[in-house]
Amino acid sequence: MDFFSFFKKKNVPPSGSVAKDRLKLVLVHDRVNCSSQVLEMLKTDIIKVISNYMEIDEEELDIQITQTQSEENNGTVPVLYANIPIKSMRKVQD
Amino acid sequence: MSEVIVITSGKGGVGKTTTSANLGCGLAVLGKKVALVDADIGLRNLDVVMGLENRIVYDLVDVVEGNCRLKQALIKDKRYDGLFLLPAAQTRDKDAVSPEQMQKLCESLKEEGFDFILIDCPAGIEQGFKNAIAGADRAVVITTPEVSAVRDADRIIGLLEANGLNNPMLILNRLRIDLVQRGDMMNIEDVTEILAVDILGVVPDDEAIVIATNKGEPAVTNQESRAGQAYRNIVQRIIGQEIPIMSFEEQPVSFFEKLKGLFRH
Repeated sequence: MDFFSFFKKKNVPPSGSVAKDRLKLVLVHDRVNCSSQVLEMLKTDIIKVISNYMEIDEEELDIQITQTQSEENNGTVPVLYANIPIKSMRKVQD
Repeated sequence: MSEVIVITSGKGGVGKTTTSANLGCGLAVLGKKVALVDADIGLRNLDVVMGLENRIVYDLVDVVEGNCRLKQALIKDKRYDGLFLLPAAQTRDKDAVSPEQMQKLCESLKEEGFDFILIDCPAGIEQGFKNAIAGADRAVVITTPEVSAVRDADRIIGLLEANGLNNPMLILNRLRIDLVQRGDMMNIEDVTEILAVDILGVVPDDEAIVIATNKGEPAVTNQESRAGQAYRNIVQRIIGQEIPIMSFEEQPVSFFEKLKGLFRH
């Protein structure tokens, strides 16, 4: 342990790793080339389809593009992440 | 065998021109015949960095438009045998040249017997970029360890690959070892992990570069400069030698220096 680290602020991540994390997130969006407008349209369509089967909480609905570890080539791949809270099921007629 | 290498970055001001000049000189020092092509039409700069600004008669656009022969426009560097510069036009804009014309120009340069043709690409992703990469066999991407430069480098890598220039090599420029050591700058691994490309070299931030550029003498021949050493290593890697990335470990700072540092903030 460095003697002088005693005087430094604790629990603040160094700005280098902040930069890395911000960059990673920004590049996920850049690489899939998906504008917020497209994402909004996708969101509306998803709500429309799911609403046929269940009642969902549109306020709490969360759709975003993030990344996940790829199984194939050790890299990361973009994923579409959706968290859709269900209020109740609708009766679906056969 | 001759090879056309485009030196690109996306973002401006990260060191494309400085790198082009240093790699060109470095290759010429090793006895290679090198043509440096300034493709930044309208914003000519490679000539001043090389110290050849007073010797320009014809430029790239003159060659492309047939106003002169290629040999007439190539400026021979008197310090290094086999080093030539094809300057950009200063009073024209980027539309003065088409990608097809650049391809033809690269072919003609290959026929002249150059071992390496280095193309200094303009910043941006528009016409000038498309022209500069048109005749290239491989690409080098320059970035600095800053969010804006790395983001642009990522975009450029994507565009290069979309244009058939696969596996571009990365040069990480202006690394501040002191900042990396205290965690306030992304390190080599951070940048290569994010961009997922192979690294061709790392050039530390060095005031010798500023001084060399002031004088118009590339720092690659400065034996005392760490950046000069880094450029010499990159040149070796370009000609196929395997040289490890230089160590950036700083000498441990003395107790007194640390004490001084404490009071400075």
